[in-house]
Amino acid sequence: MIAERWLNAALYLALLAVPLAAWALDEPFVITLATKIAILAIAGVGLNLALGLGGLVSLGHAAFFGIGGYAMGILASHAQSYTPLMQSPFLIEGTKSMPVIWLVAIVVSAAAALVIGALSLRTTGVYFIMVTLAFGQMLFFFAISWPAYGGEDGLSIYVRNGFPGLNTLDPIQFFAIAFVILSLVLILVSRLSRSAFGLALDGARQNVARAETVGINPFRVRLVAFTISGAITGLAGALFADLNRFVSPSMFSWQTSGEIMIFVILGGVARLYGPLAGAMLFILLEHFLGGISEFWHIYLGLVLLGVVLFARGGLIGTLSRAAAPHD
Amino acid sequence: MSLILLAEQVLNGLQFGVMLFLMAAGLTLIFGVMGLINLAHGSLYMIGAFAAAGVAAATGSFLLALAASLAAAAIVGGVIELVVIRRLYQRDHLDQVLATFALILVLSEATRWAFGSFPLYLNIPPALSGSVRLPGGIEYSLYRLSLIGIGLLIALALFWLISKTRIGMRIRAGENDREMIAALGVDISKLYTVIFALGAALAGLSGALVGAIQSVQVGMGEPVLILAFVVIVIGGIGSIKGALIGAVLVGLTDTLGRVLLPPFFATFMEKSAATTVGSSLSSMLIYILMAAVLIFRPSGLYGRA
Amino acid sequence: MKRKTLSLISASIMALAGPGLAGEAVKVGMITTLSGGGAGLGIDVRDGFMLALEQAGDSGIEVVIEDDQRKPELAVQLADRMIQSDKVDVLTGIIWSNLAMAVVPAATAQGKFYLSPNAGPSALAGKGCNENYFNVAWQNDNLHEAAGAYANSAGFKNSFILAPNYPAGKDALAGYKRFFEGDLAGELYTKLGQTDYAAEIAQIRASGADSVFFFLPGGMGISFLKQYSGSGIDLPVVGPAFSFDQGILQAVGEAALGVKNTSQWNKDIDNPTNAAFVETFQAKYGRLPSLYASQGFDTANLLISAVKAADVHDADAFRAALKAADFNSTRGDFAFGPNNHPIQDIYVREVIKEGDVFTNKIIATSLKQHSDAYAAECKM
Repeated sequence: MIAERWLNAALYLALLAVPLAAWALDEPFVITLATKIAILAIAGVGLNLALGLGGLVSLGHAAFFGIGGYAMGILASHAQSYTPLMQSPFLIEGTKSMPVIWLVAIVVSAAAALVIGALSLRTTGVYFIMVTLAFGQMLFFFAISWPAYGGEDGLSIYVRNGFPGLNTLDPIQFFAIAFVILSLVLILVSRLSRSAFGLALDGARQNVARAETVGINPFRVRLVAFTISGAITGLAGALFADLNRFVSPSMFSWQTSGEIMIFVILGGVARLYGPLAGAMLFILLEHFLGGISEFWHIYLGLVLLGVVLFARGGLIGTLSRAAAPHD
Repeated sequence: MSLILLAEQVLNGLQFGVMLFLMAAGLTLIFGVMGLINLAHGSLYMIGAFAAAGVAAATGSFLLALAASLAAAAIVGGVIELVVIRRLYQRDHLDQVLATFALILVLSEATRWAFGSFPLYLNIPPALSGSVRLPGGIEYSLYRLSLIGIGLLIALALFWLISKTRIGMRIRAGENDREMIAALGVDISKLYTVIFALGAALAGLSGALVGAIQSVQVGMGEPVLILAFVVIVIGGIGSIKGALIGAVLVGLTDTLGRVLLPPFFATFMEKSAATTVGSSLSSMLIYILMAAVLIFRPSGLYGRA
Repeated sequence: MKRKTLSLISASIMALAGPGLAGEAVKVGMITTLSGGGAGLGIDVRDGFMLALEQAGDSGIEVVIEDDQRKPELAVQLADRMIQSDKVDVLTGIIWSNLAMAVVPAATAQGKFYLSPNAGPSALAGKGCNENYFNVAWQNDNLHEAAGAYANSAGFKNSFILAPNYPAGKDALAGYKRFFEGDLAGELYTKLGQTDYAAEIAQIRASGADSVFFFLPGGMGISFLKQYSGSGIDLPVVGPAFSFDQGILQAVGEAALGVKNTSQWNKDIDNPTNAAFVETFQAKYGRLPSLYASQGFDTANLLISAVKAADVHDADAFRAALKAADFNSTRGDFAFGPNNHPIQDIYVREVIKEGDVFTNKIIATSLKQHSDAYAAECKM
């Protein structure tokens, strides 16, 4: 396990060092790319809590990602046009303040995850995959045909939201925000997984009957995990929307759910830094293969196939095994 | 709305459902026997449609085109089973999802590379064009009526195959206990290849049949794939009967929702708002149906709990 | 506008003499859809654009092309990259309105020029217009408005209209209704991406309409037309050119024959630029050009004319050069209105068969020197 720890540290430092170098060399796009990786890794870490530790294979996490995105879009668009969000029974104004937006994104996506989780957790296995997909699709079609916030066109926010004391329009400062949040989320999930709650969740995944005999209520533990997982992914959605200064229903699409899941699987399921490794590989492949050929999806597909077939345990699993043969 | 129009819409829903069944049958069979989630099933549907369009353009024969769709999808299905899929049976669902997602990328872009970026032409044969007058005075498209017939025939053939034939016996045995039938000397890997190719051929055929009245283009398989998953989950995974009933249920819900919801909302709302709300709700309807079924029956209608 | 056709040789001499080459090359970022189901449109725009650049010889323009996969978020990130890292001066290429809405406001806010070769959402034509945003194709409603005007002249009194349930679909029906003077037998919004229209066709049959207007781009339109023509209904159909362009007509086949559609371009528009464009496009790429290709070609020629006339780093001068629209358009007369959207003739075309190939011929002019409904709201 020491090898995996070194690998995690290397990944973490690379994510920090590359944008700093890019900052020194004045390559703002590299910083933007690193910011995208950090944000998608947050979404992946969120999913990994449900999927890896809890064994809850959700193909509907785009729902929370999109809710987070729209929390940002709706609040900021009202602030942008100086129209209140709601006047009665009490006044709610839009806002351009990131911390407020994050809070709203977390609360709303957690509430959605609580409801979706409570309904979906009645099922297991493939049924669970599909029922979470169904909830994602419902929100997707709702967002497309809901005219108030742009429908399929989405919402453009012209200026990135603010964070007290920082200039968020400066790529390196926005990267710093995303990086710090990623670090906090990693700490949170690592603590959680080692806590009594994490052990109960892991126990419920491995053997429900045994977990029940020691007094664990699997449904409740899983629901809590699913809710936290949805909240983290929602936070990532708000950040992603701020990265692009734009939200659209495609954040709700099943392809988005699939991509977040791919980060987790590519990096290594249930490994804390797996989603970071997966997001890095995927974004870099997308970035570099895109220039090779019009048909670059073929190469992307072949690389993904290669990883599944020959690199079991994802990137981190494979690399840490190779580094520590006596593991 | 007149009764005749309603009856016609029910037929439309039935036809849509029967076509979904052809997709869903292969998917549910593959899942039931091999425990494999195959996201690339939609790509096989697309390959069937492209093969049919290619052969129809070259020969002008619709029957040859259908044969080509079956053959092409079965061959591609067989090859990917041998090269990729069989390495996935022992893996968990996650690896299967990622690997078959990767296959979608490869197959879609390879098809675009081979056939170009523009939609292809495939039309219904002259013998089946036009419409017929059904009892009760419904004017209905002959081709769609044939689709209902073909779909139901294939459903019957599948039931016969599974309940009465030797291979069907093995399929049922494989669903129940794969170590046991391997121990009894059945070449399980060959059986799996055959089942996978059979499911692929059904998807390819349905791609060709539907492609003739829709658009043959890259990416046509994914929306149908999602619907087919909805169908097998509602019906209960692994159950052919469940797939048939789920498919008809989804077809009817989707079609009738589209037709009935906007006028329903118009009874108590302003007309243009009713059109918008009705259309929005109707596009979410099948997912609401699926969530509702699973909440009350967590293993689908005919699934084994 | 009324300048005589320049030969290619004199064009490159002009380019050498012009301020465009005084400094370094003008960098253009093209974000368009090159993979997946909608790739045909992006490929046509790109091919038309590159053909014009090639014909201009050394025009001092350097192009970076990226595939947006039709994902709005990706388009935004590509635009960021092109602006931050490639340091482009001009952006172009986007096909879809929702992607344009994601990219254009931010790009123009950063002082970049955007030339739209396809999408023209109403928000960018009215209140959200920008002096650095030029639309070389049409405002989204234009072709639908022309369809409504044509329906009047054809004597339609009672139309059944349908479009997908998303913003561009709503704009389409609004555009048709803006000009159509008859009644509506029915108005339907279908699901985006829907491929089976049996239920809608049954409603059309039962509605007592005397005509059908539809806006269903891409595969949706192919499916609708095939199913409609097989349904035995013989009401006249009219629609915008998007379901009848050269790229997809072959896939629709006989079902489209005789259908009227509205377009600002066709391959038989009689002017030397267009004749040369159709011929050279076919020679280079082995297929007939579509309206998207013509839009890409015109966009590039507009850009070339501006690069020749002004330095891109002198934004005011470059903007004036773009606004002058001093190039030979495949459409003949071409001018920008006050909101930088085209003022142009829109034609009615009929689908015909030439030998084995389905294509269009112009049968009438629907709207002359047509602008758009949003120009008055634009303050710049």
